[in-house]
Amino acid sequence: MAYDYTPFPYTAPAGLTAPEPRHPVVIVGAGPIGLAMAVDLALQGVRSVVLDDNNVVSVGSRAICWAKRTLEIFDRLGIGERMLEKGVTWKVGRNFFGKDEVYNFDLLPEPGHKYPAFINLQQYYVEQYLVERALDLPDLIDLRFLNKVTGHADHGDHVSLTVETPDGNYTLQADWYIACDGAASPTRKRMALPFEGQTFEEHFLIVDVEMETSPFGTDTPERWFWFAPPFHSGQSALLHKQPDNIYRIDLQLGPETDPKSEATEEKVLPRLRAIVGDAPFRIDWMSVYKFRCAKLESFVHNRVLFVGDSGHVVSPFGARGGNGGIQDVDNLGWKLAAVLKGDAPARLIETYDEERQHGSRENILNSSRATNFMTPKTAIEALFRNEVLHLARDHGFARRLINSGRLSQPCSLAETSLQTAGDAPLRPGSAAQDAPLTGPQGDTWLIGQAQGDFTLIGFGGTELPDIDGVRCVGIDSHDRAYTCFIDRDGHAKARYGSDHIYLLRPDGHICAAFTAPDRAAISAALQTAKGN
Amino acid sequence: MDLKDNLGATGDDFYAALIATHDGLSESQSHALNARLVLIMANEIGDLARLAILLKAARKDATG
Ligand SMILES: Cc1cc2nc3c(=O)[nH]c(=O)nc-3n(C[C@H](O)[C@H](O)[C@H](O)COP(=O)(O)OP(=O)(O)OC[C@H]3O[C@@H](n4cnc5c(N)ncnc54)[C@H](O)[C@@H]3O)c2cc1C
Repeated sequence: MAYDYTPFPYTAPAGLTAPEPRHPVVIVGAGPIGLAMAVDLALQGVRSVVLDDNNVVSVGSRAICWAKRTLEIFDRLGIGERMLEKGVTWKVGRNFFGKDEVYNFDLLPEPGHKYPAFINLQQYYVEQYLVERALDLPDLIDLRFLNKVTGHADHGDHVSLTVETPDGNYTLQADWYIACDGAASPTRKRMALPFEGQTFEEHFLIVDVEMETSPFGTDTPERWFWFAPPFHSGQSALLHKQPDNIYRIDLQLGPETDPKSEATEEKVLPRLRAIVGDAPFRIDWMSVYKFRCAKLESFVHNRVLFVGDSGHVVSPFGARGGNGGIQDVDNLGWKLAAVLKGDAPARLIETYDEERQHGSRENILNSSRATNFMTPKTAIEALFRNEVLHLARDHGFARRLINSGRLSQPCSLAETSLQTAGDAPLRPGSAAQDAPLTGPQGDTWLIGQAQGDFTLIGFGGTELPDIDGVRCVGIDSHDRAYTCFIDRDGHAKARYGSDHIYLLRPDGHICAAFTAPDRAAISAALQTAKGN
Repeated sequence: MDLKDNLGATGDDFYAALIATHDGLSESQSHALNARLVLIMANEIGDLARLAILLKAARKDATG
């Protein structure tokens, strides 16, 4: 059944009749990133106003692949389980060259994780779940639809903005202005910030079709990717399953094609028939895109912070747009909350830029490489690409070179200033790894116990020191003043070892590891992690 | 025959560097570069028996 785009209600904002008191945070844009930002801040007790010029969720599926790390962040925000339940977990991938299958692979889930490598779920569901989550927190999140931001000015210690509504214009003031206004960010344009990178000439036709019969000929959701597909003259095609019997089809069109005439039923239907056969289907959504990879030189401009597509865009191969944006949110949320509460110096915000520039560069590098592999620019590049595909039939090494998107992985923050260098099975800078645990409340997961606050994790006989503002978690420890868990299947020890104490940041990244419960060393690492 | 994967996680870096090495060359210049590269790599491998296996792997399907 087609998704029901019920508009969210608009109510006339208070600012239309009388000036509003200055807000700690205004978030511009209620896409997945702006909404997640508001929920993250709310969970740390920070109030925000969210302004969006529209009043419905994303039209069309857009982002469909959500990676494990993103799902773990959404778990902390309170919608991870709902996404997992609704989403499609695919297992089998098949790569074709022309009409021949080059190879296939089975993504066996790695045991001992709450979330799989990724799920497919339409962006509109993610936004709907986030809006509903935000509505659970009415004292902390003030959601304003049909509120279009038309101007802003940074006054050093606060930002003022003008907002247009169906009932007229008003102004607002905020300590911090978070621009989550998407790839075409009006905020970025107003500030005339350069947004440079690589634009790919090819057009991509993206179509969602609804059909009862699986084109894969099995009940298992698969992912099919064609290089030089036999059914249209472009260079690649992708078929991927989403919930509600919706299938995503990406068709790469040549650079010379006219996007308008390509996105018509008469042009699209024969191509779809060639992929899905004679089974009846309905076109749910289609759109033609040209992709680019670009980013701002800095995501922090005094009191104006760029988060999500407003700060960086990537081509969608590797699913790093939405996933990258959620990692921005995860990185910024606790820092901004700590600064607003006076618990950390304003300098901590600068490290959001430092750490996420690093992540963004990695995302751009991987997305560009995948796009280049799919769209060779020269005869020699095409030659290498095709011969990799030929060799891939026989050779594993060549299979690894095939690049139709490298799935987003959490990036390591090892080299950045908040981490204390150290050696441990999980190195400082890496994201925490999940493991099934059993605690006083029954079965649980490590990521559910270790995110949201600074957390110390210790194993066995280790006695963790009591440090202000730090949660302690014992694994296979007993009779402690803090909560202890049993490492149910041994995954925690396999991943973390049992000889180290780990200090985790509220975003679940390891910022230090110790071999002894040395209070002074742990406190020093905590101060470093807070930017002191 | 399945040749062992020696590049592993560095495969994407290698592939990008390989393509970048051809930047701005004409097609015939690129073919010449490829020929030089094969000769240089053969010398690095330096083991005739090993090279015979690689030549055979590359030859497979060449006329198919
Ligand atoms: C075809 C396609 C496939 C994709 N696939 C994936 C995928 O599989 N996985 C993935 O992770 N990502 C994917 N992406 C990328 C993903 O869709 C984006 O990264 C994501 O939407 C970014 O979210 P955002 O909240 O930053 O921006 P947006 O979703 O663009 O939201 C911006 C919001 O700001 C609002 N706004 C704009 N201007 C104003 C203003 N002046 N005042 C008030 N509000 C304003 C807009 O109405 C909008 O609601 C894909 C994108 C495309 C196009």
